[in-house]
Amino acid sequence: MIAALVIIAVITLATAAVALALRNLIHSVLLLVASWFGIAAFYLWAGAEFVAFAQVLVYVGAVSMVVLFAVLLTRRSRVETVVSPDSLSRAVSAVITGVAVFGVLATAIFGTRLTPSTAAAPTVTVRDIGTQLMGTHAAALLIIGLLLTVALLGAVVLAAQDPDETNKDAS
Amino acid sequence: MSLAPLLSVAASASEWSDSFLERLPLVARDLVTSWLPEPWRWLVNSLLAIAVILSVFGLLFAYVTLAERKILGRIQNRPGPNRTPIPFINLRFFGLAQPFADGVKALTKEDVVPRGADHLLHFLAPVVLLAFSILTFAVIPYGRHLVPVELNAGVLYFFAAGAATELAVFMAGWASRNKYSLLAAMRALAQLISYELPLLLAWVPVVLVAGALSTTEIVAAQAGWKFNLIPHWHVFTPWGAAGFVIFMIAALAESNRSPFDLPEAESELIAGHLTEYSGFKYALFFMAEYFGMIALSGMAITLFLGGWHSPSPYLEFIPSYVWFGGKLVVLLLGFIWIRATFPRLRMDQLTRFAWKFLVPLALINLANAAFWSLSFHWSGPLQILRWLISTLVVVGPFVLMGRKLSAGVAPRVYRYAAT
Repeated sequence: MIAALVIIAVITLATAAVALALRNLIHSVLLLVASWFGIAAFYLWAGAEFVAFAQVLVYVGAVSMVVLFAVLLTRRSRVETVVSPDSLSRAVSAVITGVAVFGVLATAIFGTRLTPSTAAAPTVTVRDIGTQLMGTHAAALLIIGLLLTVALLGAVVLAAQDPDETNKDAS
Repeated sequence: MSLAPLLSVAASASEWSDSFLERLPLVARDLVTSWLPEPWRWLVNSLLAIAVILSVFGLLFAYVTLAERKILGRIQNRPGPNRTPIPFINLRFFGLAQPFADGVKALTKEDVVPRGADHLLHFLAPVVLLAFSILTFAVIPYGRHLVPVELNAGVLYFFAAGAATELAVFMAGWASRNKYSLLAAMRALAQLISYELPLLLAWVPVVLVAGALSTTEIVAAQAGWKFNLIPHWHVFTPWGAAGFVIFMIAALAESNRSPFDLPEAESELIAGHLTEYSGFKYALFFMAEYFGMIALSGMAITLFLGGWHSPSPYLEFIPSYVWFGGKLVVLLLGFIWIRATFPRLRMDQLTRFAWKFLVPLALINLANAAFWSLSFHWSGPLQILRWLISTLVVVGPFVLMGRKLSAGVAPRVYRYAAT
């Protein structure tokens, strides 16, 4: 069991690392998808079938498409991207953001006390997941739904062209 | 096996569930693997199941292509392929050797890869596509005792494996390094994503009513007959009928079949993302497409058409896998018939149909199924009211939205053609 976990972890982390190192954006996206597959495999290893298949359905099926469309629609050419920060302030803020996110995640992970349980894993049916989501965690579900709607509206606002602006460009 | 009087069969339907014919595949498997020691047996059993699935559906694929060409030919008033002889004996026999001749031709054809192509992705695209479409066969219950893999979230697994095919289409289009291929891949992706939503929303009502994501439990929920006459299949309820139709339309689009075959319109859109593919890779794409079509039909049977259950209690002596196969063949012939009948949709019609019609209708149908499962205990005259409400909830929006969608577009006026 542990050997399988190590293999899954190595594949997940290695594909993510190579995706960061590659200069060809499309290859990076495809490797990122492979990494998501690795995470799904980890869920499967942990016995969470539902979450694993939902991960594949949502990330590999839908989110990967969003990323690919974004990459293809925003890049001017297929030439490999140049790696250099735009300006010093940008580089500094990028480093600060990265360190902050890492710090939050690391403190959360190391702050959690993990007690190994000896009890057998409970078999969770779809009905249980449904009542949990719609009952106990209904507020969280609604908040996430609202956030996604706001994000969607924001994307439309960003992408939509102002008719006045296009007229100004034409004249 | 004794030929008991047919009428007594209905009384004790369970007696056939363990008849010899029903258990024949298991008996045959045990004959092969019983001499193996225990730890090896399950491995060989699994490998055997994989080999059987691959050979059965491989052959089905071969003969569906032949049937498609011959039926299309007949519908268009021409004979279709009928000249390929069986080697050495030179017997033509309706051209039954045609699929194998096609296979040999695809294998021996030159495999052209564009110089500028991304060689690895160009090679991987058909392989990934085929691998994921074969994976979907794992959870379909083919018979009472014939479920390759039993998963608690079987239906979700099926559609998760199917979702990964979109990635392969993009890989094919992008790796070809051809503007037309890339544009066509984006067009195909737009179609696949648009129809993914109604496809997923169409089966959610089934999960809601059956209360399970496991394919075996969904089939078990459709057992039995009302008055020994009408089977308890989901398709015979208002929400089930609507869900089945939405599912089949979305399945047509997901498997790139006519009238949604924009991704591979070879005469107008230069075969889309397949422009730069030739030889066996091209054949692999087609194999994956037919496998996808067969798997989606099998899933439609499992979700809506009662799986391997027989339509009548008096016909239960026919083994369950024969019923599954029969339903599968009927659905595949329906696919072929539709291809011969409907003209191709335009891109804007295609996406408008998905987003403005199928998705809202599927959402309404979901609410309808919720009503159906809440009114489960209604009896007597309330039962009629339940059917009436459920039917109205489906038919009303269908008519209203259909009118609104086709306002100003249909009926089409032919100004120059003689009527």
